Amino acid sequence: MGTKDIIDTLAGIEPGSALDGIRAKRVQARDNAQKSYLSLFEPIDAGDFSLVERAAVAFFVIGLHRNPDVAAFYRAKLAATADGARLIEAIEVEIARGETSGPYGAFPAGPLSVENKAGLIYRVSAERKPELGARLVAAFEHAHLLVLRPRDAASADMKALLAAGWSDTGIVTFSQLVAFLSFQVRVVTGLRVLGASLGRTATAAAGA
Amino acid sequence: MSAANNVNPPVVFTQDELGWVSWIDPLPEAELTERHFAGLVDRARAKSEYFRLLVRDPEVLEARTKTDKDIFYNVADGLPRAERELAAAATSRYNGCIYCASVHARFASTYSKRRDDVQRLLDEGVGADLGERWNAVVKASVALAATPIAFGPDNIEELRRAGLDDAEIVDVINGASFFNWANRLMLSLGEPSK
Repeated sequence: MGTKDIIDTLAGIEPGSALDGIRAKRVQARDNAQKSYLSLFEPIDAGDFSLVERAAVAFFVIGLHRNPDVAAFYRAKLAATADGARLIEAIEVEIARGETSGPYGAFPAGPLSVENKAGLIYRVSAERKPELGARLVAAFEHAHLLVLRPRDAASADMKALLAAGWSDTGIVTFSQLVAFLSFQVRVVTGLRVLGASLGRTATAAAGA
Repeated sequence: MSAANNVNPPVVFTQDELGWVSWIDPLPEAELTERHFAGLVDRARAKSEYFRLLVRDPEVLEARTKTDKDIFYNVADGLPRAERELAAAATSRYNGCIYCASVHARFASTYSKRRDDVQRLLDEGVGADLGERWNAVVKASVALAATPIAFGPDNIEELRRAGLDDAEIVDVINGASFFNWANRLMLSLGEPSK
């Protein structure tokens, strides 16, 4: 057996439980959500997006979702990654600075403009830029946009990443990582809520 | 960077077919290797600019594609395809992905034969009254899409009252959650064009 299924772990789904049985009916989805996780965090080639950058972005993205259990998992992952522990404190401060409620942002000018919703345009604080470095600064600013105001994305945002030293391939993997985590934390939350309503699956995690 | 001079962005949500233009360079077809074709899953996807961009990371694309297909196409013992597409369209409407909404609104219309209701979701937004069952699916999708995530026991209760069993509720959770992946990927990397 490889790594334990990460969604099951985070959602507290025990083997043989009702939710385990339901997830087993979508075995391709379950296995490939796991493979997505593994190819993002244990890639065969991390040349365009380093392991410590992946773990740092993951902790930041999940921190913005304010789900303490999943955030603790990615915090521990960053701490266990080479050169990662030194970043934790700075990222925790940046998460607190970036916390808000989404989605917000602007639609293309036209009939939808009445639905435009203003909100925080997050920028990393000048104080923490030297510690994080140009690549992570650009990554956090784009990640915050994707998590909270995805409809604001524009071609200029790609230019900011390229200018900070991101390659085209690095930008694709980075976008996949932010987007995948947005999926994973929602599946985990949804399954946890459903599990609690069945009165079963939460026990394992509660005891962990 | 790709030239984006000829982009004619849509300014409303629509069920029309839209194009999509990448802001960074997809791989040229001539450079694709067997590793890339494995990532594309369907070889025909080599014709799509979007998939030739995503195939810059073939392993992630392959896993993502297979996750997507099972969540939406595997309808054994679960939610009808129409309502999975409704969850995808509602999520895209709420997050603001005009391209994703166009594709999945069309699928929702095709499978449900309720094109006018789907159009009302696009025109009026996620508050449109579409009847108890669809309202419950839309509301659950919206609650899941919010950051912080607002999905709670009330959403489960509403879905149950609307007749969904636990396996069908898992399909709603999977379908809506998956579009928080799809929306952000498309919005990050390019834009729709009429």
